[in-house]
Amino acid sequence: MSNITNTSQNPALQNEGAVKRFFRATEIDPRMLGMIAALILIWCIFDIASGVLRGNFGGLLGGSFLTPRNLWTLLVQTSSIAVMSTGMVLLIVMRQLDLSVGSMLSLVAVAGAVLQVFKLAPVLGVGHPAIWILAVVACIALGALIGALNGALTAYAKIPAFIVTLGGLLAYSGMAFYLAKGETVAPMDKTYEIFGGGIPISWIGPFWSWVIALVACAAIIFGIVNGRRQRLRFNFPLRPIWAETFLAALGSFVVLGITNVMNSYPWPFKLIENYAKANGVAIPPGIENKDGTAVCMAGDQVVRCTEGLIYYTGYSLPVLVALIVGMLMTFLATRTMFGRYVYAIGGNPEAAELAGINTKWMIVKVFALMGALVGISSIISSARLNAATNALGLTNELYVIAATVIGGTSLAGGVGTIYGAMIGALMMQSIISGMSLLNLPAAFQNMVVGVVLVLAVWLDQLYSRRVK
Amino acid sequence: MAKPAKKTAPVRKAGAKPAAKKIAKVIETHENPIAVKGAEPHMRAENRGTPLVEMRDVSIAFGGIKAVDRASIDLHPGEVVGLLGHNGAGKSTLIKVLSGAYKRDAGQIMIEGNEVGINNPRDAKSLGIETIYQTLALADNVDAAANLYLGRELRTRIGTLDDVAMEAETRKVMFRLNPNFRRFKEPVSKLSGGQRQSVAIARAIHFNARILIMDEPTAALGPQETAQVGELIKQLKADGIGIFLISHDLHDVFDLADRLVVMKNGKVVGTAHVKDVTQDEVLGMIIAGKCPKGAVPGPGALREVA
Repeated sequence: MSNITNTSQNPALQNEGAVKRFFRATEIDPRMLGMIAALILIWCIFDIASGVLRGNFGGLLGGSFLTPRNLWTLLVQTSSIAVMSTGMVLLIVMRQLDLSVGSMLSLVAVAGAVLQVFKLAPVLGVGHPAIWILAVVACIALGALIGALNGALTAYAKIPAFIVTLGGLLAYSGMAFYLAKGETVAPMDKTYEIFGGGIPISWIGPFWSWVIALVACAAIIFGIVNGRRQRLRFNFPLRPIWAETFLAALGSFVVLGITNVMNSYPWPFKLIENYAKANGVAIPPGIENKDGTAVCMAGDQVVRCTEGLIYYTGYSLPVLVALIVGMLMTFLATRTMFGRYVYAIGGNPEAAELAGINTKWMIVKVFALMGALVGISSIISSARLNAATNALGLTNELYVIAATVIGGTSLAGGVGTIYGAMIGALMMQSIISGMSLLNLPAAFQNMVVGVVLVLAVWLDQLYSRRVK
Repeated sequence: MAKPAKKTAPVRKAGAKPAAKKIAKVIETHENPIAVKGAEPHMRAENRGTPLVEMRDVSIAFGGIKAVDRASIDLHPGEVVGLLGHNGAGKSTLIKVLSGAYKRDAGQIMIEGNEVGINNPRDAKSLGIETIYQTLALADNVDAAANLYLGRELRTRIGTLDDVAMEAETRKVMFRLNPNFRRFKEPVSKLSGGQRQSVAIARAIHFNARILIMDEPTAALGPQETAQVGELIKQLKADGIGIFLISHDLHDVFDLADRLVVMKNGKVVGTAHVKDVTQDEVLGMIIAGKCPKGAVPGPGALREVA
């Protein structure tokens, strides 16, 4: 912290406290930092609590929460809600709301499943490569179409979005039930299943994970350098060099840290054995060890051991999909006219209209985008389950909206960030899976999520009032 | 500045004086020969060729209430026309028809003699009509540059927002209007009333407007900033821009406008050159709808019961 306390050259800034100066220099949003701090606090509490209640499973603080296995699973479980929350941010920023995303997810997933299982597979033959491509395209297109319908009814028929999508919540879930005839549609195409992250081919492995991590670090550094060059070009005030270095180092550290955790989670014991047998990989000899995660040959029996054949998962495909969606949506929200209009409409719809923005068409487009994202989430969810049912997206709309609001999006419109919503989704999923890790009844999970939602909004309002 | 000072005198002693005496006073103090004749002031406008804007018999109704009823106004290049009237007189509504915020039910709009269809704000802007709304119409949650360029964003070669270039341009424009303005990174909701107003004004003048509509441009401003806006209007006028100035403040209008149009109950009471009428007479037009001799009566003028 010594470089932080260096007095700035600007005399006006000298009277500020060190903390305030730090935030000003680095331009880090204190709200985001608060959210991440809360998230880490929740993780630590669960790790300690699980350690006390259930014993040490190798967690950082002696429990089972802060283990590569749990964190890896946590990210996979978060991805579906996180993808949808990025769209919900834009809708809520624009003073709209979509209550129908859960039902829409069920409907799209069932439609995608019916398409591949009952329509395409009998015609093209099971496993035909066109099946998964058509199914993916159909899911995203159908989602976008339903979203556009929601948007058109809201914008042009002037029915409040709350009513349109409440109707949609009922109608789409009914359609999903009708389409699936109340049954579970399964199994999915083998390639389609990769999107769920439940099978070894959807794990990219340590090598590619590190490649992605290094590319991400390079992008962070390039972004900071490029931003500095832009500011220099127009003689704008620059961030101090220490702040730039700090941001680059922090960003790279986070990326490499997460990648390291992902690369420390080994495949389940049985999968390593199956993979080795199927691919003719030799299993080395060794001694049986109950805590081992590698496989060895003890005589002619395959056993667990600590040093033997082992594979690590690395990033899972749905997590990568969610990260890519998050980046694209952040780009869309902050770097394009589309995003600018969304925020302007949320800030003052009348002003946006007077500035010549076609606000109605924008509403349709954002609802359609939300629908397309629901399509992506429906692929992740149904591929993960390797089946689609009409209950697949049940209560998802509430989780998506909760994640968005926990992530700092104001229901009054105009304010909200994509990364905030994704962190919000992660926070909510952390609470849910942390509580199941503690063997607490499911009833408690929703109680706690509800309390956290209300608490988060209250804290956020306290913060905003203090800042004003 | 000397002229309006003279004219404020009758206002202070308002009411009791008979109108004839006031007119006599105007004639006394006026050097303009046409004004002395008093009878044909409207001739002047007609002699100046095609108006920049002409709104002819424009009407608009909201749920059976005629907000604007067969109103006709015009504006020449380099001219400031003050629009006066009570709250609800229809002046803002009439002007919103021109700026594309409302769609007229009847009537014509001519720009430089050609009839145009203005159906939305985009149409108006493409015709060079810029508006500073009374409410300022700013998106409070984004910064000054985003508001200045809202709907007309500068883009980089790959089509993304060129925020840096927009901010650089905004710094230039804002320096002209408000040299002390520094808060370019903050959302405009954090700015003072005067600063917000300068953002709204900057947006209107930055895109080479030919026709500028200012709806109460000084409502939120202090005396110094008001004077600045006055200077700006004179400067824009010298550039040949036509300005509609809506104001409650008679002093403002008499100080800045060349002509004035008074509206009451959605109808035009009368049109006059500021030199041909006194502030008292204009008050009479606003309050009672009485059209004085120096003004051309409109459909809303009080009919004299002979």
